[in-house]
Amino acid sequence: MVRKTFGESVADDMRYVLKACVGEENFVDTWPNKSNNFCCGGGGGFLQSGFKSARQEYGKLKHDQIMETGAKYVITPCHNCHSQVHDLSHHFEGGYECVHLWTVMALSMGILGPDERVYLDASLSECGINECTLPPDE
Amino acid sequence: MADAALKLGAEPKETFMDKVRNLLPEEGHLNLCLTCGACSSGCPATGLEGMDPRKFLRMAALGMDEEVTSTPWVWMCTMCTRCVHACPMQINIPQLVFQARKSWPEEKKPRGIVQSCKAAMIDKATSSMGATSEDFVESVEETLEQVRSQQRGYKDLQVTFDRKGAKYFLNQNSREPMAEPDEMVPLWKIMHEAGADWTYGTAGWAAENYCMFAGNDEEWEKIVRTKAEAVDALGCEYWLNTE
Repeated sequence: MVRKTFGESVADDMRYVLKACVGEENFVDTWPNKSNNFCCGGGGGFLQSGFKSARQEYGKLKHDQIMETGAKYVITPCHNCHSQVHDLSHHFEGGYECVHLWTVMALSMGILGPDERVYLDASLSECGINECTLPPDE
Repeated sequence: MADAALKLGAEPKETFMDKVRNLLPEEGHLNLCLTCGACSSGCPATGLEGMDPRKFLRMAALGMDEEVTSTPWVWMCTMCTRCVHACPMQINIPQLVFQARKSWPEEKKPRGIVQSCKAAMIDKATSSMGATSEDFVESVEETLEQVRSQQRGYKDLQVTFDRKGAKYFLNQNSREPMAEPDEMVPLWKIMHEAGADWTYGTAGWAAENYCMFAGNDEEWEKIVRTKAEAVDALGCEYWLNTE
């Protein structure tokens, strides 16, 4: 999306939204980033190609980048990235979670429902859950 | 001991790279390689199958057509275009990769990609999982009903299909309605809170396009046209692609 279509400005837009959700101090960027960033390896049909070990080896660069940030959550823009980064964390035992941007937005707005928290870990999975859930009889 | 010298064909012939050059704007700059290796140094696919972007381009330039059009490496390059960005000459290596994918016989291409493309041809939904428009509507309506009955403040949450004149046409990766329907809900609520005037379409709702990855020009164009026509038919101003 950044390199092929909208350029750096869309990378800045996404960072603006994410920082507004999690707070400036909780945002850690990867390096290199924006137009110089590395592809995670989930795109181009790689996920369906059957070359699983090659796909994971490809993703090692992204995994190392993520580990370098020390971040607990990785926000991905599309479903292919989501599947790949999720698999990288599992395969390399990185211990990070991977969530869609919309999950973080809804969480910060206090509107993330109980069934929409599959990719949040224990420290966040209950956060604000009562406020957005109706009692069973209501 | 050194490897045996490579013998290049003595007869001039139109190489694979010549053909690709003729297809691309400004010939894809394919003849401008300085052999610096900036492409390969930042490519996550470097080393897979003993290949890297510079090597691939150099082999094509040397007319090693058989090697270039048979290496499985072309399926391990995601065509992310980082090599083009890093290249001082802006050489379009990803298009060379794409054309090499195209040159593979259909039955030798990775089956998963080909089948995902075929599945999208079944229905106007264009879903690589073979999900139909009815499947999509059913999944959305079932999920919406749950949200309305369980979540505070969303008793009247609306999700529409094929609503003419909506400002935004939203699509969705098939895996969401078909495998993880709850992942669609935060998006609905964000659109609702933003006051966005949006609709889903029953045609062209699936965001992915595996025919492009399969190097199947005719079918990937068909998918894009189906989607674009669905947006136009509703008169939507924006097409929001979530992929």
